[in-house]
Amino acid sequence: MSKILVIAEHLGGKLNSSTARAVSAAAAIKGDAIDVLVLSDAPDAIAAEAAKIEGVSRVLTVAKPENAHPLAAVLAPQIAKAADGYSHVFAPSTTFGKDIAPRVAALLGVAQVSDVMSVEAAHTFNRPIYAGNAIITVEADANHTVVATIRTASWSAAASGANTAPVEALTIDVPLPTHTRFVELNQGSSDRPDLQSAAKVVSGGRGVGSKENFDIIYKFADKIGAAVGASRAAVDAGYCPNEMQVGQTGKIIAPELYMAIGISGAIQHLTGIKDAGTIVAINKDGEAPIFEVADFGLVGDLFKIIPELEAALG
Amino acid sequence: MKILVGYKRVVDYNVRIQVKPDGSGVVTDGVKLSANPFDDIALEEALRLREKGVAEEVIVVGIGPANLTAHLRNGLAMGANRAIHVTTEDAVQPLTAARVFLKLIEKEQPGLVILGKQAIDDDANQTGQMLAALWDRPQATFAGKVEIADGKATVTREVDAGLEVIEADLPAVITTDLRLNEPRFIKLPDIMKAKSKPIDVIEFGSLGVEAHDHLKTTHYAAPAKRSKGVMVKDAAELVAALKQKGLL
Repeated sequence: MSKILVIAEHLGGKLNSSTARAVSAAAAIKGDAIDVLVLSDAPDAIAAEAAKIEGVSRVLTVAKPENAHPLAAVLAPQIAKAADGYSHVFAPSTTFGKDIAPRVAALLGVAQVSDVMSVEAAHTFNRPIYAGNAIITVEADANHTVVATIRTASWSAAASGANTAPVEALTIDVPLPTHTRFVELNQGSSDRPDLQSAAKVVSGGRGVGSKENFDIIYKFADKIGAAVGASRAAVDAGYCPNEMQVGQTGKIIAPELYMAIGISGAIQHLTGIKDAGTIVAINKDGEAPIFEVADFGLVGDLFKIIPELEAALG
Repeated sequence: MKILVGYKRVVDYNVRIQVKPDGSGVVTDGVKLSANPFDDIALEEALRLREKGVAEEVIVVGIGPANLTAHLRNGLAMGANRAIHVTTEDAVQPLTAARVFLKLIEKEQPGLVILGKQAIDDDANQTGQMLAALWDRPQATFAGKVEIADGKATVTREVDAGLEVIEADLPAVITTDLRLNEPRFIKLPDIMKAKSKPIDVIEFGSLGVEAHDHLKTTHYAAPAKRSKGVMVKDAAELVAALKQKGLL
């Protein structure tokens, strides 16, 4: 009965791991088919990657020069058209998916379920509200297409490699607007692991004190092969760029190891790390709320402790 | 041009909400209510555009019960020219809110609509995008910087990969991210002045917007608690503990 269309997220010709996480949620529906839709100017390499993801039935590509950049106003009408015959349309709950999915839902005249954490049944989902301080169970109308975004931190990426799903080119004839145009993307260049998919994350907060001091966080992260994150306070103070922000209004992550250094642990920050495997807090204030969620806590000066940690690692 | 600003009232962001033991909802009786933080940013941006001469009029829009008036007065005290209050006793989901805004757009013909990127109660992050779709106009979500000139908006968006710049013809819908601006504080004389500013009250039922709940919430639960951790005495003990768990 259920046929699920997963919208692929990609950048620079590469599939984003958020797509395989959305496929995991689609698999939890236990439906008849999971198709992945790749909209791009050059979808072939991305589609080939998507075809390897376990559980994927088919990969559908829409190649248009207008799809070179992910503009919601351009992609949404194509997705709405491609959604015909599907019971579910899933997108990852990243800035890409959050931008596009509600536009698709409105075009289809249906509600959207945001940030699906778990699937109870084909039309019943759990999602967080109030910055993750309550979890609600919501039922979508079974007579309509379910449009949902998938909370990436709640789902592990579906395995990749063994599958060989067929790739089919789709022709979608819908008028595309020209009222919205891409100008540029300024990426924070980084050789470090991606924050949202990294197994280890080291984050710094206001306690780090300055942009220059943040080097100690980068250096330590590199030593243990971790991605680097930051609290809102550190971003607002200009210590690091905004795409590093972890929390309700930044990225929501679930690494195996999360180390919060010089972060007090405001509700908004904790929302972003609640699902981490092991949380370590290093803070000079023993009363900081971060210690309430930390598996291991160490009270002291981070500028003294980090070199000691590096020494202990050998 | 006119700018319409969505101005939702939510449980204050500092309140740690409690789930009712029977799972029927969260405790909101006697809890402090405030403007959704992203909506304050939206209003601030609209006021700055008026101060730059880009806009002539800023209108705050609220959807909610009769006592929402006091909340809208705060928006007027911050500097909005007037308010529109769509009255309903029922909670309104994003698709319905977007349909209400579309009706108001037809009436007011704004050059720009600015909404917060999400409300901190339902955390949906949908209304702006849905409105832009229904209106068939551009959307610029997660705005960190907005420049308006020559009938178009150049918006820097805070996306996962970094900062994306897009250009959108007006009219358009912009949704605000945290770093767009620092909202101004309300001064006492402005609270007095706000009392004489007009609030247009519109009965939800008179708009001809379908009012059914698109999603049914059947249960509320408290999130799973993390088990209490341990305090270690020094760096060496921490590294040893993490090595033992296979994390380092």
